[in-house]
Formats: sequence, structure tokens, C-alpha cells
Amino acid sequence: MAKTPKKIVVGAHYGVGSYLGVRVTAVVLVLYTLVLIGALVTGPELSYLSWASLFAGPWMKVLTLLAFGGLAYHVWVGMRNIYMDYIKPTGVRLVLQSATIVALVGYTIWTATILWSV
Amino acid sequence: MPTAIAKPRREFRNIHVTQIVGYRLPVPALVSILHRISGALLFFFGLPFLLYLFQQSLTSEISFDSYREIVAHPIAKLALLVFLWAYLHHLIAGVRHLVMDLHYGLEKHSTKQSATVVLVLSLALTAVLGLKLFGVY
Repeated sequence: MAKTPKKIVVGAHYGVGSYLGVRVTAVVLVLYTLVLIGALVTGPELSYLSWASLFAGPWMKVLTLLAFGGLAYHVWVGMRNIYMDYIKPTGVRLVLQSATIVALVGYTIWTATILWSV
Repeated sequence: MPTAIAKPRREFRNIHVTQIVGYRLPVPALVSILHRISGALLFFFGLPFLLYLFQQSLTSEISFDSYREIVAHPIAKLALLVFLWAYLHHLIAGVRHLVMDLHYGLEKHSTKQSATVVLVLSLALTAVLGLKLFGVY
């Protein structure tokens, strides 16, 4: 008796990873936003000293950089989706996607240099 | 053998950005496209501007003063107001997505309700924080 083949699953499942990645980073960013609002609301009146001391310790530096890394990934998935939907010429899309990656990596390095300058 | 003449299937493509104005968008669709627009806006303009401000605010006391001068400018305030709305809309619409991912509020009428809440809440918060930004209180 010939068995009917079960549905053949194809694809590398990159989509699931992106889907989950966007949501996990979204939650991280909401939490970071709340931490920042909490620090500003409970802290003293904003001055250079109070603002800089907020980022002076290693915890806030690492937390901020992690949040920014999450943001960079979040933006990458979102922008890639936008390019895939609206930019049809492969060459143009390649240029935009590459430029986006370069920008996001650059912004992440920039964030690190800002944080560790305090 | 019956030979069925293949009827061309109707195709549903993504609405192109240039076609948006020609559509009468239901509220959830409006929230959806604004989610995209706000995200792209924050990436293209918000991120470099805010990182620059972040740098100015942290580097030194002198640069902190220049940060204060920059954000005191009306055009900078207007830009910040736009980014504020974009951030709030993107965040609140995102939370709506997360809730719907957990299979809450998927009926047609509740998607319309929650989309309206996103739209109104983000605009209201933008107005409240925007008044603070422009020094009304």
C-alpha cells in the first residue's frame, strides 16, 4: 500500500526566529523605557551631574547597551520587512539592507562609546 | 477528460505606500500602517538625532549646556514632538500586537476598539507630554 507522503515542510524557519526576536526585544525595550522613566521620576531634578551619574555605574551602562542591541535587532527585522514589501528591485533592496546593517552596527558602537565616556 | 480553464486567481498584494491615500482605511489598518511609518521615522531620523542628543547630554557639562540649547530651539522641539508621537504610537500599537499574539481581542469589533484606543491614547499622551516639552506647565 502506497503511503501518501505527509506534508513536506520546507524552509529554514528563519521567519519564526525573526517573529520571536522582534517580540522579545519589544518587551525588553518596554522594560528599559519603564526603568528610564522610573529613574527620571524618582531621581533629583535633572542636571548634568544627576544625568551623568545615572549612567556612571556599570549596571546602567550594560543595561543600556543591551537594550540598544535589542533595538538594533528589532529595527533590522522591521526595516527588512518594509524593504521586502515595498522595494522590489533586488539591487536597490540589497543596497538599502546593507546600508541599514552598517548604520545599526555603527549606532551600536556609537552608543557604547557614549556610555563609556561617562 | 474535463479540461478546466484555469481562472486567473484574484491576487491580494501589499498596498503600496503610494496607494495608501486612495484607500478608505479601517481603524486597525490605519494603526497598522502608522506602526510602520512611525518605526521607519524613528529609524531614519529619530535614532541619529536622539543619539546625537544623548552624546551631547553626557559627554561633559559644556556639551550638556549645548544639548539644552539645541532642545530649546522650536524646530528641535517640533522634531522631538514628532518622535515622541512615533515612539508612543509604536510602543502602544506594539503592546496591542503582543496582546493579540496571546489570542486576546481577535474578534472584529474588539480589534476595532483596541485600534481606536491605540490611536487616541498615543495622541493624548503626545499632547500631555508635548505641552510639557513646550513649557506650558
